[in-house]
Amino acid sequence: MIDKFREDVLSVVDHVHDGASIAVGGFGSSGRPDVLLDALCELDRRDLHVYVNNVGHDFTGVGRLLHEGRLRRVTASFPILQEFYDEYFAGKVELELIPQGTLAERLRAGGSGIPAFFTPSGAGTMLADGSFTLRYSPDGGVAEHVPAKEHRMINGRQYVLEEGIVADFGFVKAHRGDRKGNLRFRLSARNFNPLAAMSGRHTFAEVEHLVEVDALHPDDIHLPGVFVDDVLLATPAPADQPLMERSAS
Amino acid sequence: MTRTLPATEVTGRTREGIAQRLAQDLKDGYVVNLGVGIPLFVPLFIPADTEVVLHAENGVLGLGPAPEGEGDPDLTDAGKQAITLMPGAAITDSAMSFAMIRGGHLDVTVLGALQVSAAGDLANWYVPGKSPAVGGAMDLVAGTPQVWVTMEHVDRQGRPKILPECTMPLTGRACVTRIYTDLAVFHVVDGTLRLVECAPGVTPEQVRERTAAPYTEDLHP
Repeated sequence: MIDKFREDVLSVVDHVHDGASIAVGGFGSSGRPDVLLDALCELDRRDLHVYVNNVGHDFTGVGRLLHEGRLRRVTASFPILQEFYDEYFAGKVELELIPQGTLAERLRAGGSGIPAFFTPSGAGTMLADGSFTLRYSPDGGVAEHVPAKEHRMINGRQYVLEEGIVADFGFVKAHRGDRKGNLRFRLSARNFNPLAAMSGRHTFAEVEHLVEVDALHPDDIHLPGVFVDDVLLATPAPADQPLMERSAS
Repeated sequence: MTRTLPATEVTGRTREGIAQRLAQDLKDGYVVNLGVGIPLFVPLFIPADTEVVLHAENGVLGLGPAPEGEGDPDLTDAGKQAITLMPGAAITDSAMSFAMIRGGHLDVTVLGALQVSAAGDLANWYVPGKSPAVGGAMDLVAGTPQVWVTMEHVDRQGRPKILPECTMPLTGRACVTRIYTDLAVFHVVDGTLRLVECAPGVTPEQVRERTAAPYTEDLHP
């Protein structure tokens, strides 16, 4: 009997070790798995490498991890948060900046058994030629660059080799999910969530609504449960309410 | 680059006016991605008899206008602003959204620029020393057949932004197909710039004074 639902967030996220890499869904705060991210803070995890589109615009979500000094490296397309840049230029956190479509496809590829692919995005730019600073030294100099990526001419056009991302963990948020881990997202909160789930060797999904196993029609499942290991409630409700009832509100 | 600042003042189109001019060139049925800044004014000026499908790279095909009131937190555009959906809209994940972009399934992408070169190179994501953030810009210019730039013709110090070569980090090489500024419209034809239109009240000489890149003229009255 497969039952991936877990009541206790902290005991699940406790599997994440210091130094882990985590693929995180969400676009800004839309579809961002805040319950899972907050659990990393409660558990005092550090030295994390996060793959995420944005660090955020405040100290919630990944922004909280940054603010509490828990990040070693961020792989992102649009970090936004000023404090992130302050830490980056001070050499306290590394930035691997990549085009947004490359981030999406690297997550999808990593989760699909594709080790690398060629894309035109970024070819011939400083994000691919080895001149972008991965890490600054405390004195403001460059400590390390993002390595140059292989370029290749294919049918007369230049492409750049990008590697698939297999993260230790996937953190995602869905609108509805069942005990087999099948997920359904809502509107533009889907964004990077299915891809982050695929990328994670072990993926946690926080769901706004836990539904019965036959409530999601097979045609309507956005992400099959095979990509999800643990299902949690995004908004833990008072324990005196029956589970299905409180999740359906 | 040292360059004598133009002696004469010139007033061309407003930021909204640039978007209005560009909107006249959108054709019925086009699928269009709009960047932030001036491009966001474009939907205000799309003619009523022209159906344009707007795409947002966070996975929305068929954006409608901003909602009245607060909107739905699960429905935002790529600038994280609340939106509505048009009839026939579709939602995808980010990989599918960028498959549309890189795969050439959009018609036009409209974005702002720091600099454009004589060959149509674009720099628009990073002012060295400031905060680097690229978003979907490199994918959009790599995949979309028509890349239309909207920008002020010169920067705040009055220096040309259309240059022989970009001095800031590139978003893409030879990707820009049109430039719409407050002063003029340029097309990139066979890898070179062509001035096709001056804004009302602006002379070709005033454009030339404020453009560092070489270009040819093929002015339509």
